[in-house]
Amino acid sequence: MAFPHRPDAPELPDFSMLKRLARDQLIYLLEQLPGKKDLFIEADLMSPLDRIANVSILKQHEVDKLYKVENKPALSSSEQLCFLVRPRIKNMRYIASLVNADKLAGRARKYKVIFSPQKFYACEMVLEEEGIYGDVSCDEWAFSLLPLDVDLLSMELPEFFRDYFLEGDQRWINTVAQALHLLSTLYGPFPNCYGIGRCAKMSHELWRKLEEEEDGEAKGRRPEIGHIFLLDRDMDFVTALCSQVVYEGLVDDTFRIKCGSVDFGPEVTSSDRSLKLLLNAEDKVFNEIRNEHFSNVFGFLSQKARNLQAQYDRRRGMDIKQMKNFVSQELKGLKQEHRLLSLHIGACESIMKKKTKQDFQELIKTEHALLEGFNIRESTSYIEEHIDRQVSPIESLRLMCLLSITENGLIPKDYRSLKTQYLQSYGPEHLLTFSNLRRAGLLTEQAPGDTLTAVESKVSKLVTDKAAGKITDAFSSLAKRSNFRAISKKLNLIPRVDGEYDLKVPRDMAYVFSGAYVPLSCRVIEQVLERRSWQGLDEVVRLLNCSELAFAGLTKEDKASSESLRLILVVFLGGCTFSEISALRFLGREKGYRFIFLTTAITNSARLMEAMSEVKA
Amino acid sequence: MDCYTANWNPLGDSAFYRKYELYSMDWSLKEELRDCLVAAAPYGGPIALLRNPWRKEKAASVRPVLEIYSASGMPLASLLWKSGPVVSLGWSAEEELLCVQEDGVVLVYGLHGDFRRHFSMGNEVLQNRVLDARIFHTEFGSGVAILTGAHRFTLSANVGDLKLRRMPEVPGLQTAPSCWTTLCQDRVAHILLAVGPDLYLLDHAACSAVTPPGLAPGVSSFLQMAVSFTYRHLALFTDTGYIWMGTASLKEKLCEFNCNIRAPPKQMVWCSRPRSKEKAVVVAWERRLMVVGDAPESIQYKQLTIQVLLDRLVLRRLYPLAIQICEYLRLPEVQGVSRILAHWACYKVQQKDVSDEDVARAINQKLGDTPGVSYSDIAARAYGCGRTELAIKLLEYEPRSGEQVPLLLKMKRSKLALSKAIESGDTDLVFTVLLHLKNELNRGDFFMTLRNQPMALSLYRQFCKHQELETLKDLYNQDDNHQELGSFHIRASYAAQERIEGRVTALQTAVDAFYKAKNEFAAKATEDQMRLLRLQRRLEDELGGQFLDLSLHDTVTTLILGGHNKRAEQLARDFRIPDKRLWWLKLTALADLEDWEELEKFSKSKKSPIGYLPFVEICMKQHNKYEAKKYASRVGPEQKVKALLLVGDVAQAADVAIERRNEAELSLVLSHCTGATDGATADKIQRARAQAQKK
Repeated sequence: MAFPHRPDAPELPDFSMLKRLARDQLIYLLEQLPGKKDLFIEADLMSPLDRIANVSILKQHEVDKLYKVENKPALSSSEQLCFLVRPRIKNMRYIASLVNADKLAGRARKYKVIFSPQKFYACEMVLEEEGIYGDVSCDEWAFSLLPLDVDLLSMELPEFFRDYFLEGDQRWINTVAQALHLLSTLYGPFPNCYGIGRCAKMSHELWRKLEEEEDGEAKGRRPEIGHIFLLDRDMDFVTALCSQVVYEGLVDDTFRIKCGSVDFGPEVTSSDRSLKLLLNAEDKVFNEIRNEHFSNVFGFLSQKARNLQAQYDRRRGMDIKQMKNFVSQELKGLKQEHRLLSLHIGACESIMKKKTKQDFQELIKTEHALLEGFNIRESTSYIEEHIDRQVSPIESLRLMCLLSITENGLIPKDYRSLKTQYLQSYGPEHLLTFSNLRRAGLLTEQAPGDTLTAVESKVSKLVTDKAAGKITDAFSSLAKRSNFRAISKKLNLIPRVDGEYDLKVPRDMAYVFSGAYVPLSCRVIEQVLERRSWQGLDEVVRLLNCSELAFAGLTKEDKASSESLRLILVVFLGGCTFSEISALRFLGREKGYRFIFLTTAITNSARLMEAMSEVKA
Repeated sequence: MDCYTANWNPLGDSAFYRKYELYSMDWSLKEELRDCLVAAAPYGGPIALLRNPWRKEKAASVRPVLEIYSASGMPLASLLWKSGPVVSLGWSAEEELLCVQEDGVVLVYGLHGDFRRHFSMGNEVLQNRVLDARIFHTEFGSGVAILTGAHRFTLSANVGDLKLRRMPEVPGLQTAPSCWTTLCQDRVAHILLAVGPDLYLLDHAACSAVTPPGLAPGVSSFLQMAVSFTYRHLALFTDTGYIWMGTASLKEKLCEFNCNIRAPPKQMVWCSRPRSKEKAVVVAWERRLMVVGDAPESIQYKQLTIQVLLDRLVLRRLYPLAIQICEYLRLPEVQGVSRILAHWACYKVQQKDVSDEDVARAINQKLGDTPGVSYSDIAARAYGCGRTELAIKLLEYEPRSGEQVPLLLKMKRSKLALSKAIESGDTDLVFTVLLHLKNELNRGDFFMTLRNQPMALSLYRQFCKHQELETLKDLYNQDDNHQELGSFHIRASYAAQERIEGRVTALQTAVDAFYKAKNEFAAKATEDQMRLLRLQRRLEDELGGQFLDLSLHDTVTTLILGGHNKRAEQLARDFRIPDKRLWWLKLTALADLEDWEELEKFSKSKKSPIGYLPFVEICMKQHNKYEAKKYASRVGPEQKVKALLLVGDVAQAADVAIERRNEAELSLVLSHCTGATDGATADKIQRARAQAQKK
């Protein structure tokens, strides 16, 4: 059932090199502190680290004990402490507290801080302010690209989203540029380059600067990947806010896939233990269903189970020799498949159970109505009821945002009343959440008709004036309209359906949302790739508030093989969803391309909302 | 040809030597060399002379002259010495002349007598004066070691990166050592000194007595010591006229020799014998020269690399020659011509008689955008010569904006530096500039500057959020950003203490800010929150239990669950909880309590604003079909079928659906006809459908 690739589909580059590079660098850094040492690892870095170097590799390089960085005094008795952390100020204060406690106790140890993926000056300054800059040595582990799968690279920087899109903090742009620079060093230059969004543009410019400075060796190389496409998450919030119904996305929404693996609890494993399962192309069962609409998955799995049974059953007529052969060669594979199959079946059951409890059909119906823009009142009441019943704070918030973006903001009355209801249900601290959402342009109030156009023309005038554009930059989201309805019409995001949409044989990318909606981000990519430029998309770009921020750079392609020209690296700044990945994988199969994904982190609606939420300290 | 060996003289049994003049010195010295401090740079570099009048008892009436000559005696520079008494002269590996003064100050001059900088060897020296000093070379660079009047040693292994190390005391040392030298072992500089018959080795941590292996007995004092250029070998000259030669590690003796001259030699140095890998020591007295040696030396002098050769030419301002060599050797531009041009430009900016415009133009014309040329380096040199305006002009040619920043900061053009840093996209650089600005400007000006740079502002704000909350508040205040101020105080209310009063005060400040921001919604919501907090505190006091920080909804629910229905209703009225919410809330709470009686009473209190289907659903959720059925009958026609199906009454559901002639509902009921008893119902539906189709 899983769609095969076209025979002429290009091979993917080998990204395991990135892992080897990261591992070698880490080992080198650990060896800079010779002798036995205890390693303190920041919680967020544990899973990525595990994918690069397991405990035995660490032990080989004289790491004695492993600790999690948490706000507790260290029990380590080692003479050398090594900290592997993200460049965050709170980590610096933690390290300072340890070092200063040692000083008070008259204890001298060696300390080393390894920042990943880079150190920030602000961190060093805090170390200095805390009076321990001279006591610790600092290093950088430039590990910014983790291959989660054959076609998926993640920077594992979930905070990128909040830092950039909410706080306007541009620190990570340099990290992105460095990562792109690394890719072009390893896999050759990218002959064609497209992008949309302010962050995309800045990353691209910084990356170009790096390439020019290096001036170099990469230039002579043959490109392995023909196209690169950068886009900002804020040009399409809608897709990220929708409930996911493709298997991989649904598993992520339900169980949270973390760093490429998922923890299935007892309700899935049907035992008393939880089980950690790596989800990638190597899981043969998963690989066949990951991109499928959920409604097909159960049927597929039961068919698979019958096939498996039939294979087991072949044993019956076997003589001794055949049996020996079967046991030594096939049984292990079958057992493995059996195990995976039962896990995925368990996962499906668990998903079904949860979804029926929440009246998933109603929810999806509301979402589709919002996307298509009909029955707005009914949808608003649905959301209100959702809040009144305290179904889920994150879900309620998500629906409010979806309503706001699809409708260009809420009408003032609804804006006030939904917020009031929300505060009553989920607590007054969310007043800050609403302030965040407004700043990020996720939940806004419709301005009265005339003034809106006035503001808009004023803003667009400012934006064309470059200097003024910079000033309004930080606040531009406040004046931005999402224009979703108009964009949707222009790009034909809501497919016209005659009769039932056959989810078994999808005809377009809309299948990832049950045929109701083509993901905006993916559609834009499709259109630009088709034209090899933004030509004819001016109106769309304007509606996306990206008039100055869409770019394309094409170079002569004489060096690029035709195979490489069908490989496309898509860079999502601020996160991408599994639904988008599935949609583009589908597009690739249709057109004979292959997409490679680079994202600052895997995201979904809940993660977006949590990033915007304020929780009590 | 026949006199090929004519000028060779025998030396011992197997060796020969000859004497011939390589070249004659071009200088015409006014002073005798013996009256001067002399320093010759390694690798045939320049020679510096300073007549040393301070050694004479009477105060100098004439200022001494510092003269610099090339190795062949060509005068390079001559200047009047206006500074203090000099103890020692020496050349660094970069051909900078280091002049160690008695007060511990070291003055650094260029090859052409241009003053570069100065540094001090520590405060201790000020009192005790410098008795003696050595300039030495290691793989890290050139170092200075001094011996003070208190007989303590201080050294710096690399004057380029000055770190002073005060060496430990030598126990019982009352007079200056008879001789001493610096050693470099295991990449660390040591000092070897002789006191009477004893030798001591000083490192950072300790002073240890050492004995050279195989030293002849009877030594009561060491008169001279010499270490080889590579620090591998050591020679000692004793008061018995005995020379010991061995490894500098003092682990091995190579040879010894007794020359029977007991007078202290003027000089003793290591040299390599021509055409041999052996090393030897040359000892000099007033009128005698002696060569002693038998030590095999495995390492030859490192050759001068091309880079060093070019550096030397550049230092001597022989730019055209250097460029010709680069071109002849076809060196890559970055390593070759560009570098020479950059050096030329650095020289050019020192020409004070040429105007800023002309210098800048001349440099730009010659350099253009040659790869590898750093305009910011040239500008830094211009600034070093006090030509700020020229430096700024030159910086404008620098294409990488990030490179302009450090110099702009140095020149106190911090605001310009900030825009350049922002242009570079390097947030760390921006942050560096910000901290400079913060120290340089008063707070108001600093904030004003930030205000015009949103990128820098958000960067700084992020920092303040974590590290300087008060500054964050000031920033918002400055901008009259009342909305963010409000949010700030709300956050503060959560961070604040347990005490409710503190929290309420913070919230009140937030309310005021929100009103100023014309955000009536936020102000009202916060006032509600204050009211709720106070009330929750009262509830905790009166009823016990946990109320603080619950949402309004949860507060009311908790009251109902605790049986305080009256209070719950009062609260709902006070906070104007909408009917719909209240009904959902009560329904859920009463079902949780399984208080079916109260639930029924509640359901009859008035017409339900949420209909009766939720009642059916919640009873079924609690597995109470009996109660559920009560409510199923009250469900409106729109949802009746759904309700009946929920309580399992398929037959009646079918009747309703048929009556309503609703196709969707009919299908729904049909899909529920699974039990054996439902056969009749299914038939009924099919018949109704068929009938409907006929019509």
